[in-house]
Amino acid sequence: MNSVTIIADKDVQWKESLTTESTLVRRLLISAAFLYLTLFLFIPLVAIFTEALKHGLSGYIDSFLNEDALAAIRLTLLVAAVAVPLNAVFGVAAAWAIAKFEFVGKQALITLIDMPLAVSPVISGLIYVLLFGAQGWLGPWLAEHDIKIIFALPGILLATIFVTVPFVARELIPLMQSQGREEEEAAITLGASGWQMFVRVTLPNIKWSLLYGVILCNARAMGEFGAVSVVSGHIRGLTNTMPLHVEILYNEYNAVSAFAVASLLTLLAIVTLSAKTLIERKTASATRLKSQR
Amino acid sequence: MSIHVEHVTKRFGTFTVLNDVNLQVESGELVALLGPSGCGKTTLLRILAGLERPDQGRIFLHGTEVTDQRITERRVGFVFQHYALFRHMTVADNVAFGLNVLPRAQRPSAVRIQEKVHELLRLVQLQAMADRYPSQLSGGQRQRVALARALAVEPKLLLLDEPFGALDAKVRKELRRWLRRLHDELHITGIIVTHDQEEALEVADRVVVMHQGNVEQIGTPEEVYENPATPFVYQFLGDVNVFHGRAIQERTIANLPPLPEVDSVLPAGAVDEREVTFVRPHDLELNRYRTNSEQFEATVRYILTAGSRVRVELVALESEQTIEVELTKERYRDLALREGEVVFVHPRHRQVFKIPQS
Repeated sequence: MNSVTIIADKDVQWKESLTTESTLVRRLLISAAFLYLTLFLFIPLVAIFTEALKHGLSGYIDSFLNEDALAAIRLTLLVAAVAVPLNAVFGVAAAWAIAKFEFVGKQALITLIDMPLAVSPVISGLIYVLLFGAQGWLGPWLAEHDIKIIFALPGILLATIFVTVPFVARELIPLMQSQGREEEEAAITLGASGWQMFVRVTLPNIKWSLLYGVILCNARAMGEFGAVSVVSGHIRGLTNTMPLHVEILYNEYNAVSAFAVASLLTLLAIVTLSAKTLIERKTASATRLKSQR
Repeated sequence: MSIHVEHVTKRFGTFTVLNDVNLQVESGELVALLGPSGCGKTTLLRILAGLERPDQGRIFLHGTEVTDQRITERRVGFVFQHYALFRHMTVADNVAFGLNVLPRAQRPSAVRIQEKVHELLRLVQLQAMADRYPSQLSGGQRQRVALARALAVEPKLLLLDEPFGALDAKVRKELRRWLRRLHDELHITGIIVTHDQEEALEVADRVVVMHQGNVEQIGTPEEVYENPATPFVYQFLGDVNVFHGRAIQERTIANLPPLPEVDSVLPAGAVDEREVTFVRPHDLELNRYRTNSEQFEATVRYILTAGSRVRVELVALESEQTIEVELTKERYRDLALREGEVVFVHPRHRQVFKIPQS
C-alpha cells in the first residue's frame, strides 16, 4: 500500500515538472509583475496620500470645507445618483432582450452597447457639444426655448450616462445567456405573471452580477473626466465635478487641496475594489455550493 | 383532460418543424411522442403548453379551443429536460412556487401550502430533502422535484419534455417505472417526449412516432413494434436488417431468389418498383444445413455472447452485405457456431415496403 502511494507522489512531481516552469523562472516572472505594479500603481497611490496630508490633517480637512469643493462633491454624487440607476435599468433590459430573445439587429445592439468603451471619452463629450452646443445642430432651437444643456447639469448627465452605458449590460449578458430561458419558462408554466417571474426568478439569479456591474458603473460615473470636461465648462460651484475640481486646483498650484480631493476619489476606488472582491468571493462561494453534491 | 390537435403546422424560418400534425389524446392516457432529435416532438409539446404558437392549426383541450389562450390559463404542468429548478430556492420553495404566485384570493394559507408541499415531497419520496438546494441533489432527485413542482398546481395535463434524457441508464429505468406507477395512481393525462424507443414502449399507453415534422404512426406499443406502418418506424423501433431489392414482373414464386437480394413478384402490368425488406435480428434463423429454398449462405464474422442473447454478425456470401442475427443462448449452444463458418440464414418474418419510383 505504501509503495503505491510513493509511486503516485513521484508521478505527480514528474507531471508538475513537465507542465510548469522552473523555480527560477517562476520567481523572476512574479517579481517582475510586482515590481511593475509597485512602480506604476502603488507608488503613485502612496504619493497621493502623502501629498494630501503634507500640511497635516487640518489642512487635509480644510480642502473639503469650502463651497467649491462641497459643490463638486454634491454634483458628483447627484450625477452618479442619476446615471447609475438609469444604466442599471437599461442594462437589465438590454441584457434580457439580448440573452433571451432572437431579433433582427441583435448584433448591432451589442456593438452599440460596447461603443462607449471603444470611443475616446473626449469624443463622447464632443458629440453632445456638436448636438446641443451653441453652434450645434439643435443649438439655435435650444437657445430659442431657453434650454441649457451644454455647460450645465443636463450635459454632464448625458455625457456620464453615455460613458457608463456598457458596465451593467456587459456584466449581465454572458450570465443571462448561460442561464438560458428554462427557469423563466418554468415560472410561467407554473402560473407566474411576467412581473412575478422577474422578481422571483430572474432578479435573484442575476443579483450578484447586477451589483458588480452597478459598482463598476458607479466608479466610472464618479471618476469620469474626459467626456464631462468637454461639456461642463468648468464653472466653479456649478458645473464642476470632483475630477474637474482636482484639475482646477492643480492648475492653480494648490497641490495639497488637489491631492486631498484626489484622495477622496482614490478612497472611492479602494472601496469599490474591496466591494468587488467581496462580491466575487460571494459569487464564487455560491457557485461552489452549486457544484457541491 | 382530452387533447385534440388539428392540422398544426409550425415553421422556424424556412424550416418546417411540424407539418400538418393531427393528434387525439383521450383523458387519462399517457402518450409518448417518439422520434429522433429534430423531428418536431418537443415543438409539438411546447405548442400544447403554450410556450410556442402554431403557424396554422388549432389546439383543443377538453373540447375547448386554446390556440390563442395564454399559457397560465391552460393549467398544464410542464417538466423540462434539464429540470429548470429555481437554483436560488430550496426544494420546498421550488415545489411551493406555483401556489405562492396564485392571486391572493385563490392562494391557500401558508400552513396549507406547507402541508401540500410535504404531501408532494412524500409522493416523490424526497421528504428529507425539503431544505436542500437543487445543486445539492442528484439528477434523478432534481427531476422528481421538478415533477412535484409541476403537480403542485394540480394541472389537468402533464407535459414531460425528455424528462429522463439527462440521466444515466439505470436511474432512467427506475424513474420511468416510477412515473408509470404515479400516472396509474393520479390518472392525469400525460404526454411524454422521448427519443428512447424503449422508454416510449415501456411507459406509454400509446406511442406517436414522429419523423421530420410528420406523424408516421400512432398506436399501442405492441402495434407500432409488431406492425410498423412505414420503413422509418421499422428502423427506428429496434434493430433491423435492411435488404434492398427490386420487384420484377416476370419472376415467379418458384425461382424467387433468396435474400438478401429479395426480389418479389408483381402482378402482370405493374411497373417495376424498388423495394426494401426489413427483418429484425431475432427473426432470422440460422441452420447448419439447407432446409428450404428461401435460405441464403453467409459467413460468421463475429460472435458476441455477452448479455442475455447472443448476437452474431454475418456476411452474406453473394452480396457481401453485413447481417445481424440474434439467437437465444440455447440455440447458440445447439448450433455450436464458430467464427469463419458458413451457415444458412432464413427469415422467419419479414416486412416489405415498396418505394415509389421518383
